[in-house]
Amino acid sequence: MSNAEKHWEKTRSLLFVTLAIWFVFSIGIFLFAAEMNEVTGPFGYPWTYWFTCQGSLGIFVILVFWFANRQEKIDEEFGFNEREDS
Amino acid sequence: MIKGKFIDNLPKVYGIYTGGFIGFIILMAIGEQMGMTAKAIGVAFVAFTIFIYALIGYLSRTAQADAYYVAGRQVPTVFNGMATAADWMSGASFVAMAGGIYFKGYGYMALLVGWTGGYILVATLLAPYLRKFGCYTVPDFVGTRYGGNLARLCAVIVLTVASFTYVTAQINATGTIASVALDIDFKYAVYIGLISILLCSMLGGMRAVTWTQVAQYIVLIIAYLLPIFWISNKMGAGFFPHFMLADEVARIGELEQQFGFVKNSAADLATVPKGLAGITKAHSAVNATPWAFISLALAMMMGTASLPHVMMRYFTTPSVKAARKSVGWSLFFIFLLYSSAPMLATLSKLSLIDPSLPTGIIGKSFAEVQSIDWFQNWNQANLMFISDFNGNGTLELNEFFMGGKAVVLATPEIAGLPYVISGLVAAGGMAAAMSTADGLILAIANAISHDVYYKMIDPKAETAKRLLVARVLLVVIGFAGATIAAMEIQGILGSVIWAFDFAMSGLFFPLVLGVWWKRANRQGAIAGMVLGLGSAIWYLVWVRTGGSGFLGLTQLTFGIFGAGVSLVAMVVVSLMTEAPDKATQKMVDEVRIPSGRTVTGK
Repeated sequence: MSNAEKHWEKTRSLLFVTLAIWFVFSIGIFLFAAEMNEVTGPFGYPWTYWFTCQGSLGIFVILVFWFANRQEKIDEEFGFNEREDS
Repeated sequence: MIKGKFIDNLPKVYGIYTGGFIGFIILMAIGEQMGMTAKAIGVAFVAFTIFIYALIGYLSRTAQADAYYVAGRQVPTVFNGMATAADWMSGASFVAMAGGIYFKGYGYMALLVGWTGGYILVATLLAPYLRKFGCYTVPDFVGTRYGGNLARLCAVIVLTVASFTYVTAQINATGTIASVALDIDFKYAVYIGLISILLCSMLGGMRAVTWTQVAQYIVLIIAYLLPIFWISNKMGAGFFPHFMLADEVARIGELEQQFGFVKNSAADLATVPKGLAGITKAHSAVNATPWAFISLALAMMMGTASLPHVMMRYFTTPSVKAARKSVGWSLFFIFLLYSSAPMLATLSKLSLIDPSLPTGIIGKSFAEVQSIDWFQNWNQANLMFISDFNGNGTLELNEFFMGGKAVVLATPEIAGLPYVISGLVAAGGMAAAMSTADGLILAIANAISHDVYYKMIDPKAETAKRLLVARVLLVVIGFAGATIAAMEIQGILGSVIWAFDFAMSGLFFPLVLGVWWKRANRQGAIAGMVLGLGSAIWYLVWVRTGGSGFLGLTQLTFGIFGAGVSLVAMVVVSLMTEAPDKATQKMVDEVRIPSGRTVTGK
């Protein structure tokens, strides 16, 4: 397998992991919204309410930065990092 | 005059700008103390901020194609994040979102999740690859990846349909705010709004829009957060509302129990002015089915990843790496406002309905409520209404009606904040609507000038001529949008959501598969765009004319159907026709590697 193919394979696995986390916090948890809202969560808000106003949103912010860092590592590993601005 | 040195000095420049703006707020506050009228403050805020944007627009003028279309590809990540956030957060986000949460609670908050979660799709599936591609516009990617003018033209059509639907709502919003703040007729205010929008973008294209959007973000975020913190502290709800409103949320739940949601008769409701609503849904309880919530969130997420005016912001970063990071910053800056909207809705609702608070009006006598100053003002502005349906002389929860906009616009006044805050909020709303309108008009004008005029009609056109065409189109599209906005056909929020559905129906899969599926070919992409958008429009018309719909897809989520059709059509047609040629396959391989020159060689 060529360098580029290996790079693409790793990139794809990172995509799947990222999208899996995305799926859980944008869709998965809301399947159980009614049950989850019965329980008190962070800062005393009900869990579902907290996820819709802060939780999911904040997790997405962290997820994008985490993804960007992991992808940069992958690019460096295969020598595809961009030199001019590093 | 704005090259190199300007980029290095960005933090300083915008630091001074922010300080200057805060100074202006303080100046207005002093003016208020010294007897400046409310109207004068409103006019000063709106006029001063528009003047600053226009000045930035003028200083960023350019005659180079690279600067005009992609801001010279040198916008640093954090600043591009701010610009994208302003580009993204429209008049609807600013003025209507807290109101939607106030009235509809959980079911509406799917929009918060959808409008942020979509950025995960942008960051992982599209932005870095489109940046590597090196195109000027989104249809430029479609046209080059799939080849041929027909694919390019289809992409331009989808882009125009989606963005134009969106832009009329934004021009409408600038008109609404300008007409309130400057106290002029809406029909004329729309054109004042439009001229301010064009002042920002016409001379400098993307470069000017970038630097005005950063400035607009700073104004809109201050205008949104300052009142929320102030109100929260004044009410004693907590000095950092986001972490401290759990008791208030619980208290609203108690009051809802105590008052009950009494259903009004149709005859009673007919007397309520159009556009106003009462509180009929629980504030923090789950009041929508899982599918209703998830389908709306999903439609908004896929729409986010298909809207060209957002995607093209990531063409302006210096590198692929920077494009990815920049998505993170965009989302962070959007998060600041979106996570605050539910807090504003909570504070606003509690201050109105809690009888134990001095501002609470529920349970008071009608005569008492009618004598309150702010009630008279907003009643006159047609944003508040009370009616004694049961004739007991006391205001009940089901007898109080309010417009969605009032949550953002009126809450500062209800909570007893000085008028300078209301002026600030008007400037913030104006900034939000203008920045989005600029991004959208530019997206349409660039697609037509670059993809239709330059790539299809006159490939030999000189830069000067291309940019002249782009500018003329900008004005023409702006005026077309303003003319339609002046007719006031669809509400602000409705047309915004439609834009997302149109965009995802026509563009989501042709863009994503263009990067992630080498086998995708021209025939498939054309089928995907045409059938996707076509079926979406058909479904919308069907549901609007009394059709029952299926799968629980409504006129807010019909994009899921359109995108489904688009995916099937694209895969089936691609597999039935021959694979793309070697050169195209090699191009896709190139796109997947972040380093090196862009695919288009620019």
